[in-house]
Amino acid sequence: MFFKKSPWIIHYDATSCNGCDIEVIASLTPMYDLERFGIINTGNPKHADIFVVTGSVNESSHQVVKNIYDQMPNPKVVVAVGICATSGGIFRECYNVLGGVDTVIPVDVYVPGCAARPESIIDGIIKALDILERRLVEFRKAKTEARRQEKKLRRYHLND
Amino acid sequence: MSQRNVIPFGPQHPVLPEPIHLDLVTEDETVVEAIPSIGFVHRGLEKLVEKKDYQDFVYVAERICGICSFMHGMTYCQAVEEVMGIAVPERALYLRTVWAELSRVHSHLMWLGLAADAFGFESLFMNCWKLREGILDIIEATTGGRVIFGSCKIGGVRRDIDGDTMKGIVEKLDRIAAEIRHTTDVFLNDYSVQHRLKEVGVMSGEEAYALGTVGPVLRASGVAMDARKIGYAAYRNLKFEPVVEKSGDCHARCRVRVREIFQSIDLIGQAARKMPEGEIAVKVTGAPSGEYFSRVEQPRGEVIYYVKANGTKNLQRFRVRTPTFANLPAMVRMLKGASIADVPNIILTVDPCISCIER
Repeated sequence: MFFKKSPWIIHYDATSCNGCDIEVIASLTPMYDLERFGIINTGNPKHADIFVVTGSVNESSHQVVKNIYDQMPNPKVVVAVGICATSGGIFRECYNVLGGVDTVIPVDVYVPGCAARPESIIDGIIKALDILERRLVEFRKAKTEARRQEKKLRRYHLND
Repeated sequence: MSQRNVIPFGPQHPVLPEPIHLDLVTEDETVVEAIPSIGFVHRGLEKLVEKKDYQDFVYVAERICGICSFMHGMTYCQAVEEVMGIAVPERALYLRTVWAELSRVHSHLMWLGLAADAFGFESLFMNCWKLREGILDIIEATTGGRVIFGSCKIGGVRRDIDGDTMKGIVEKLDRIAAEIRHTTDVFLNDYSVQHRLKEVGVMSGEEAYALGTVGPVLRASGVAMDARKIGYAAYRNLKFEPVVEKSGDCHARCRVRVREIFQSIDLIGQAARKMPEGEIAVKVTGAPSGEYFSRVEQPRGEVIYYVKANGTKNLQRFRVRTPTFANLPAMVRMLKGASIADVPNIILTVDPCISCIER
């Protein structure tokens, strides 16, 4: 099983100005064509491996970002696209902006730019693939270890 | 009596890249009421004028919305220029017109693609976005940016387009226009597209006018209202008529946008022929004092900027009434009585720009 070969992404616009959003979609369309890597943009968090967030978080959207992140199955990777998602950017001083996406959920890859270009978005997602693969190995190892521990406990009737 | 259900739509929904939340109150398959709740993209950038210099604020104004970013910057510049009484060079006005029309073409192509995606015509979606890249190439070659141009400033524009490049742009646009026509014919003539869009979300002219709708939504209901007719920038010297359709349904809104693409390409051609030589910017000194309402026709309709200044480097008050905000009541009204399957189509034909609404 290779996650690297067919990761699905979910995109959410936290408070982006649309600039990065249309570039995320543009990178899926024929000119840049992220789908050639087997990447599909899905609307369902339960199907997704990579979470692409654009824009900084505000009072309303931070809960939505957290909900989507929590619903995604493990292992998962978060890519923050655009300078707003990274640090708040030009809107950092606005009263309703809490800051970058990393104030709510852990971020693995930061893609800077205003708006981030499709090339750099693709580059960021390819970087996320490596992290995803590494995380998958760790995830499997942890699972095997947990199973082994449970077996051991059962053998000595310790978990009755 | 059938049972009433409330179906939440959004904020994270596959049909739109942006977060909009609607509570759809339904009876069986019919929507009886749609209750929008907004605030997912609110940043509060109107208040940012108190912290940023009025000349630097052009950058913030451009980032109200990434789709019609140039027009936002242009409207802000127009407002401040009027307050300060700056005479912008004629060539700069023409250049602004060219970039504004280029962004209209790219916005409408993007909308056509998203609309095709909403009714499940994937290859049409991909085709529209492929054509849009041609327009973005021109924008990138002339301004350096793809979606945020940064080429407008108070007192003129930052970059010039020389004569040969302008000629090349017009030739390239003619070439792209032929390809666009090939794709838009599908929207106009295809049976399945008409089946999904015709007689869906119908709104009469009087109703559209009473609800205060603007832009393609209003023009699709037969009201010829286009803020470009006021004659800002170079539009007073160009020949065009507002695109009007009569039937007021989703397909009419689609036809208006298709025809506007070709109108914009024609306007760019006219502007290129009439563009005078000369300076592209004047030096701006001092600080504005006074107030002004600036109006510009964006791809989604008329935007209104209010600027109030009191002679300091920071503006006192800045207010934006964006086109989608004016179209929201119409959207809620059109959703009433629609079937659940048509909801994404109706929402999309308004061409909602959530980051514009909430700023």
